[in-house]
Amino acid sequence: MEVINIQGTDDTPNVILDKGKGKFELSGRSLPEDVNLFYQAILDWIDGYAEDPNDETEFDFKLEYFNTASSKIILDILLKFEEIVESGKKVKIIWHYHEEEEDMLEAGEEYADIVEIPFEYLPYSD
Amino acid sequence: MEKTIDSHSFLDFAYQLYQTMKTNEISLVYEGEVTQEITKTFTSLTEKNLAKNEESNAVQRKVFNVMVECLQNISKHADSMIDEEGEERRGIVMVSKGEESYNIITGNVIKNDKVEGLTRNLEQVNSLDKKGLSDLYKTQMREGRFSDKGGAGLGLIDIAKKTGAELRYQFKELNDQVSFFILTSTIKRK
Repeated sequence: MEVINIQGTDDTPNVILDKGKGKFELSGRSLPEDVNLFYQAILDWIDGYAEDPNDETEFDFKLEYFNTASSKIILDILLKFEEIVESGKKVKIIWHYHEEEEDMLEAGEEYADIVEIPFEYLPYSD
Repeated sequence: MEKTIDSHSFLDFAYQLYQTMKTNEISLVYEGEVTQEITKTFTSLTEKNLAKNEESNAVQRKVFNVMVECLQNISKHADSMIDEEGEERRGIVMVSKGEESYNIITGNVIKNDKVEGLTRNLEQVNSLDKKGLSDLYKTQMREGRFSDKGGAGLGLIDIAKKTGAELRYQFKELNDQVSFFILTSTIKRK
Protein backbone atom coordinates (compact mmCIF):
# COMPACT_ATOMS: atom_id res chain seq x y z
CA MET A 1 0.00 0.00 0.00
CA GLU A 2 1.15 3.51 -0.70
CA VAL A 3 2.55 5.45 2.27
CA ILE A 4 0.98 8.72 3.32
CA ASN A 5 3.43 11.10 4.95
CA ILE A 6 2.20 14.67 5.23
CA GLN A 7 4.25 17.35 6.94
CA GLY A 8 2.18 19.53 9.27
CA THR A 9 1.71 23.29 9.04
CA ASP A 10 0.27 25.94 11.45
CA ASP A 11 -3.20 24.71 10.64
CA THR A 12 -2.86 21.15 9.38
CA PRO A 13 -1.47 18.09 11.19
CA ASN A 14 1.39 15.70 10.47
CA VAL A 15 -0.01 12.50 9.11
CA ILE A 16 1.80 9.19 8.75
CA LEU A 17 -0.03 6.15 7.44
CA ASP A 18 2.40 3.36 6.72
CA LYS A 19 1.00 -0.14 6.62
CA GLY A 20 4.37 -1.80 5.94
CA LYS A 21 6.08 -0.27 8.98
CA GLY A 22 2.91 -0.43 11.05
CA LYS A 23 3.08 3.27 11.77
CA PHE A 24 -0.09 5.31 12.06
CA GLU A 25 0.08 8.82 13.42
CA LEU A 26 -1.84 12.08 13.50
CA SER A 27 -0.08 14.87 15.36
CA GLY A 28 0.22 18.63 15.69
CA ARG A 29 -2.56 21.06 14.96
CA SER A 30 -5.70 20.60 12.97
CA LEU A 31 -7.74 23.65 12.10
CA PRO A 32 -7.88 23.70 8.32
CA GLU A 33 -10.37 25.97 6.65
CA ASP A 34 -11.85 23.10 4.71
CA VAL A 35 -11.56 19.92 6.76
CA ASN A 36 -13.12 17.73 4.08
CA LEU A 37 -10.58 18.82 1.51
CA PHE A 38 -7.67 18.04 3.82
CA TYR A 39 -8.94 14.74 5.20
CA GLN A 40 -10.49 13.15 2.12
CA ALA A 41 -7.27 11.41 1.00
CA ILE A 42 -6.73 10.16 4.55
CA LEU A 43 -10.24 8.74 4.84
CA ASP A 44 -9.85 7.08 1.42
CA TRP A 45 -6.53 5.54 2.48
CA ILE A 46 -8.11 4.11 5.63
CA ASP A 47 -10.95 2.62 3.57
CA GLY A 48 -8.32 0.85 1.48
CA TYR A 49 -6.46 -0.29 4.60
CA ALA A 50 -9.66 -1.65 6.13
CA GLU A 51 -9.98 -4.11 3.26
CA ASP A 52 -6.78 -5.86 4.31
CA PRO A 53 -5.58 -4.53 7.66
CA ASN A 54 -2.58 -5.69 9.69
CA ASP A 55 -3.36 -8.12 12.51
CA GLU A 56 -2.51 -5.40 15.01
CA THR A 57 -2.77 -1.65 14.50
CA GLU A 58 -1.58 0.99 16.95
CA PHE A 59 -2.66 4.48 16.01
CA ASP A 60 -0.94 7.40 17.73
CA PHE A 61 -2.93 10.59 18.16
CA LYS A 62 -0.70 13.33 19.46
CA LEU A 63 -2.68 16.46 18.79
CA GLU A 64 -1.85 19.76 20.32
CA TYR A 65 -5.07 21.33 19.18
CA PHE A 66 -7.96 20.57 16.86
CA ASN A 67 -10.99 22.65 15.99
CA THR A 68 -14.56 21.40 16.22
CA ALA A 69 -14.82 20.75 12.48
CA SER A 70 -11.78 18.45 12.75
CA SER A 71 -13.29 16.72 15.78
CA LYS A 72 -16.05 15.31 13.62
CA ILE A 73 -13.56 13.98 11.05
CA ILE A 74 -11.45 12.41 13.79
CA LEU A 75 -14.57 10.56 14.87
CA ASP A 76 -15.05 9.39 11.26
CA ILE A 77 -11.48 8.06 11.28
CA LEU A 78 -12.05 6.24 14.57
CA LEU A 79 -15.32 4.74 13.31
CA LYS A 80 -13.44 3.24 10.37
CA PHE A 81 -10.99 1.59 12.78
CA GLU A 82 -13.91 0.37 14.85
CA GLU A 83 -15.04 -1.59 11.80
CA ILE A 84 -11.58 -3.14 11.63
CA VAL A 85 -11.99 -4.20 15.27
CA GLU A 86 -15.38 -5.69 14.41
CA SER A 87 -13.76 -7.70 11.62
CA GLY A 88 -11.66 -9.44 14.29
CA LYS A 89 -8.34 -7.57 14.09
CA LYS A 90 -6.66 -5.79 16.97
CA VAL A 91 -6.62 -2.00 17.08
CA LYS A 92 -5.38 0.25 19.85
CA ILE A 93 -5.51 4.03 20.02
CA ILE A 94 -2.64 5.69 21.85
CA TRP A 95 -3.97 9.09 22.85
CA HIS A 96 -1.13 11.44 23.79
CA TYR A 97 -1.90 14.60 25.71
CA HIS A 98 0.16 17.34 27.26
CA GLU A 99 0.28 16.78 31.02
CA GLU A 100 -1.16 20.25 31.64
CA GLU A 101 -3.89 19.82 29.07
CA GLU A 102 -6.87 18.20 30.68
CA ASP A 103 -9.11 19.30 27.82
CA MET A 104 -7.14 17.09 25.45
CA LEU A 105 -7.35 14.10 27.81
CA GLU A 106 -11.12 14.65 28.08
CA ALA A 107 -11.43 14.82 24.31
CA GLY A 108 -9.81 11.38 24.11
CA GLU A 109 -12.12 10.03 26.78
CA GLU A 110 -15.11 11.31 24.86
CA TYR A 111 -14.04 9.44 21.76
CA ALA A 112 -13.42 6.32 23.82
CA ASP A 113 -17.03 6.59 25.06
CA ILE A 114 -18.34 6.62 21.50
CA VAL A 115 -16.24 4.01 19.72
CA GLU A 116 -15.54 0.41 20.70
CA ILE A 117 -11.75 0.55 20.48
CA PRO A 118 -9.32 0.29 23.41
CA PHE A 119 -7.64 3.60 24.25
CA GLU A 120 -4.40 4.13 26.09
CA TYR A 121 -3.69 7.62 27.43
CA LEU A 122 -0.13 8.85 27.53
CA PRO A 123 0.81 12.21 29.05
CA TYR A 124 3.86 14.04 27.75
CA SER A 125 5.63 17.18 28.90
CA ASP A 126 7.39 19.96 27.03
CA MET B 1 -9.60 74.60 6.79
CA GLU B 2 -12.09 71.81 7.01
CA LYS B 3 -9.27 69.34 6.53
CA THR B 4 -7.49 70.64 9.63
CA ILE B 5 -10.61 70.13 11.75
CA ASP B 6 -11.04 66.66 10.34
CA SER B 7 -7.53 65.61 11.12
CA HIS B 8 -7.90 67.13 14.58
CA SER B 9 -11.04 65.19 15.32
CA PHE B 10 -9.42 62.10 13.94
CA LEU B 11 -6.47 62.57 16.26
CA ASP B 12 -8.88 62.95 19.16
CA PHE B 13 -10.66 59.83 18.13
CA ALA B 14 -7.45 57.88 17.72
CA TYR B 15 -6.17 59.07 21.09
CA GLN B 16 -9.44 58.23 22.82
CA LEU B 17 -9.41 54.81 21.25
CA TYR B 18 -5.84 54.33 22.40
CA GLN B 19 -6.77 55.40 25.95
CA THR B 20 -9.84 53.19 26.07
CA MET B 21 -7.83 50.24 24.83
CA LYS B 22 -5.11 50.81 27.39
CA THR B 23 -7.55 51.27 30.29
CA ASN B 24 -9.43 48.14 29.39
CA GLU B 25 -6.25 46.27 28.46
CA ILE B 26 -7.60 45.50 25.04
CA SER B 27 -4.76 43.79 23.28
CA LEU B 28 -6.38 43.35 19.92
CA VAL B 29 -9.22 44.88 17.91
CA TYR B 30 -10.07 44.03 14.35
CA GLU B 31 -12.92 44.88 12.07
CA GLY B 32 -13.13 43.45 8.59
CA GLU B 33 -13.27 40.30 6.61
CA VAL B 34 -12.45 37.18 8.61
CA THR B 35 -10.57 34.60 6.57
CA GLN B 36 -8.43 31.62 7.48
CA GLU B 37 -5.31 33.78 7.02
CA ILE B 38 -6.66 36.39 9.45
CA THR B 39 -7.57 33.63 11.90
CA LYS B 40 -4.04 32.23 11.76
CA THR B 41 -2.46 35.65 12.13
CA PHE B 42 -4.57 36.57 15.17
CA THR B 43 -4.17 33.33 16.95
CA SER B 44 -0.40 33.42 16.52
CA LEU B 45 -0.24 37.08 17.65
CA THR B 46 -2.33 36.28 20.69
CA GLU B 47 -0.21 33.23 21.46
CA LYS B 48 2.96 35.32 21.42
CA ASN B 49 1.35 37.92 23.62
CA LEU B 50 0.20 35.36 26.15
CA ALA B 51 3.59 33.68 26.21
CA LYS B 52 5.20 37.06 26.86
CA ASN B 53 2.79 37.66 29.74
CA GLU B 54 3.76 34.29 31.13
CA GLU B 55 0.25 32.95 31.24
CA SER B 56 0.02 29.27 32.10
CA ASN B 57 -0.04 26.84 29.20
CA ALA B 58 -3.56 25.79 30.03
CA VAL B 59 -4.86 29.38 29.85
CA GLN B 60 -2.90 30.04 26.64
CA ARG B 61 -4.40 27.02 24.97
CA LYS B 62 -7.90 27.86 26.08
CA VAL B 63 -7.62 31.41 24.72
CA PHE B 64 -6.22 30.06 21.46
CA ASN B 65 -8.97 27.49 21.26
CA VAL B 66 -11.82 29.90 21.92
CA MET B 67 -10.40 32.43 19.45
CA VAL B 68 -10.25 29.87 16.68
CA GLU B 69 -13.84 28.80 17.23
CA CYS B 70 -15.10 32.41 17.43
CA LEU B 71 -13.25 33.44 14.29
CA GLN B 72 -14.27 30.36 12.35
CA ASN B 73 -17.87 30.99 13.41
CA ILE B 74 -17.65 34.38 11.74
CA SER B 75 -15.88 33.10 8.65
CA LYS B 76 -18.53 30.43 8.21
CA HIS B 77 -21.72 32.02 9.41
CA ALA B 78 -21.60 35.81 9.31
CA ASP B 79 -24.18 37.37 7.03
CA SER B 80 -23.83 40.48 5.00
CA MET B 81 -25.63 43.78 5.55
CA ILE B 82 -26.70 43.82 1.93
CA ASP B 83 -28.22 40.67 0.57
CA GLU B 84 -26.48 40.69 -2.79
CA GLU B 85 -23.04 41.35 -1.39
CA GLY B 86 -22.02 37.72 -1.71
CA GLU B 87 -19.55 35.75 0.27
CA GLU B 88 -17.64 38.25 2.30
CA ARG B 89 -17.72 37.33 5.98
CA ARG B 90 -16.99 40.32 8.13
CA GLY B 91 -16.95 40.85 11.82
CA ILE B 92 -15.34 42.56 14.77
CA VAL B 93 -12.98 40.81 17.15
CA MET B 94 -11.63 42.08 20.45
CA VAL B 95 -9.43 40.49 23.07
CA SER B 96 -9.19 42.12 26.48
CA LYS B 97 -7.32 41.15 29.58
CA GLY B 98 -8.75 41.77 33.01
CA GLU B 99 -7.43 41.04 36.50
CA GLU B 100 -9.08 37.67 36.62
CA SER B 101 -9.91 36.75 33.07
CA TYR B 102 -9.53 37.20 29.35
CA ASN B 103 -12.55 38.24 27.32
CA ILE B 104 -12.90 37.41 23.68
CA ILE B 105 -15.64 39.49 22.15
CA THR B 106 -16.84 38.93 18.62
CA GLY B 107 -19.59 40.62 16.66
CA ASN B 108 -21.11 40.00 13.29
CA VAL B 109 -24.20 40.63 11.23
CA ILE B 110 -26.78 37.88 11.18
CA LYS B 111 -30.08 37.53 9.32
CA ASN B 112 -33.09 38.08 11.57
CA ASP B 113 -34.57 34.73 10.65
CA LYS B 114 -31.54 32.97 12.18
CA VAL B 115 -31.78 34.78 15.51
CA GLU B 116 -34.38 32.49 17.03
CA GLY B 117 -32.48 29.28 16.22
CA LEU B 118 -29.18 30.68 17.43
CA THR B 119 -30.78 31.92 20.66
CA ARG B 120 -32.17 28.44 21.23
CA ASN B 121 -28.72 26.89 20.75
CA LEU B 122 -27.10 29.41 23.07
CA GLU B 123 -29.74 28.91 25.76
CA GLN B 124 -29.44 25.14 25.52
CA VAL B 125 -25.66 25.35 25.93
CA ASN B 126 -26.00 27.73 28.88
CA SER B 127 -28.47 25.43 30.62
CA LEU B 128 -26.04 22.50 30.73
CA ASP B 129 -23.33 21.55 33.21
CA LYS B 130 -19.96 20.05 32.24
CA LYS B 131 -21.32 16.53 31.89
CA GLY B 132 -24.34 17.72 29.92
CA LEU B 133 -22.11 19.67 27.54
CA SER B 134 -19.91 16.65 27.00
CA ASP B 135 -22.95 14.47 26.26
CA LEU B 136 -24.38 17.04 23.85
CA TYR B 137 -21.02 17.35 22.10
CA LYS B 138 -20.82 13.60 21.61
CA THR B 139 -24.38 13.42 20.31
CA GLN B 140 -23.84 16.26 17.85
CA MET B 141 -20.60 14.74 16.58
CA ARG B 142 -22.29 11.39 16.02
CA GLU B 143 -25.58 12.50 14.64
CA GLY B 144 -24.20 15.24 12.53
CA ARG B 145 -26.84 17.65 11.30
CA PHE B 146 -23.71 19.05 9.72
CA SER B 147 -23.72 21.48 6.90
CA ASP B 148 -20.85 21.52 4.41
CA LYS B 149 -19.39 24.28 6.52
CA GLY B 150 -18.97 22.10 9.56
CA GLY B 151 -21.08 23.63 12.25
CA ALA B 152 -23.90 21.76 13.96
CA GLY B 153 -23.36 24.16 16.84
CA LEU B 154 -20.25 22.28 17.97
CA GLY B 155 -18.31 25.54 18.21
CA LEU B 156 -20.57 27.03 20.86
CA ILE B 157 -20.63 23.82 22.91
CA ASP B 158 -16.86 23.65 22.70
CA ILE B 159 -16.42 27.24 23.87
CA ALA B 160 -18.70 26.60 26.85
CA LYS B 161 -16.86 23.37 27.68
CA LYS B 162 -13.41 24.91 27.50
CA THR B 163 -14.23 28.13 29.36
CA GLY B 164 -16.50 26.58 31.96
CA ALA B 165 -18.45 29.84 31.80
CA GLU B 166 -21.79 30.96 30.48
CA LEU B 167 -21.84 32.30 26.91
CA ARG B 168 -22.85 35.95 27.12
CA TYR B 169 -24.58 37.26 24.05
CA GLN B 170 -26.68 40.08 22.69
CA PHE B 171 -28.61 40.79 19.52
CA LYS B 172 -29.15 44.31 18.30
CA GLU B 173 -31.69 44.60 15.51
CA LEU B 174 -30.31 46.79 12.73
CA ASN B 175 -33.30 46.71 10.37
CA ASP B 176 -36.07 44.32 9.35
CA GLN B 177 -33.52 42.05 7.63
CA VAL B 178 -30.51 41.79 9.89
CA SER B 179 -29.25 42.07 13.45
CA PHE B 180 -25.84 42.44 15.05
CA PHE B 181 -24.79 39.46 17.16
CA ILE B 182 -22.26 39.92 19.95
CA LEU B 183 -20.72 36.99 21.78
CA THR B 184 -18.49 37.35 24.82
CA SER B 185 -16.41 34.39 25.98
CA THR B 186 -14.55 34.59 29.26
CA ILE B 187 -11.48 32.56 30.16
CA LYS B 188 -10.42 32.62 33.78
CA ARG B 189 -6.75 33.19 34.56
CA LYS B 190 -6.19 30.84 37.45
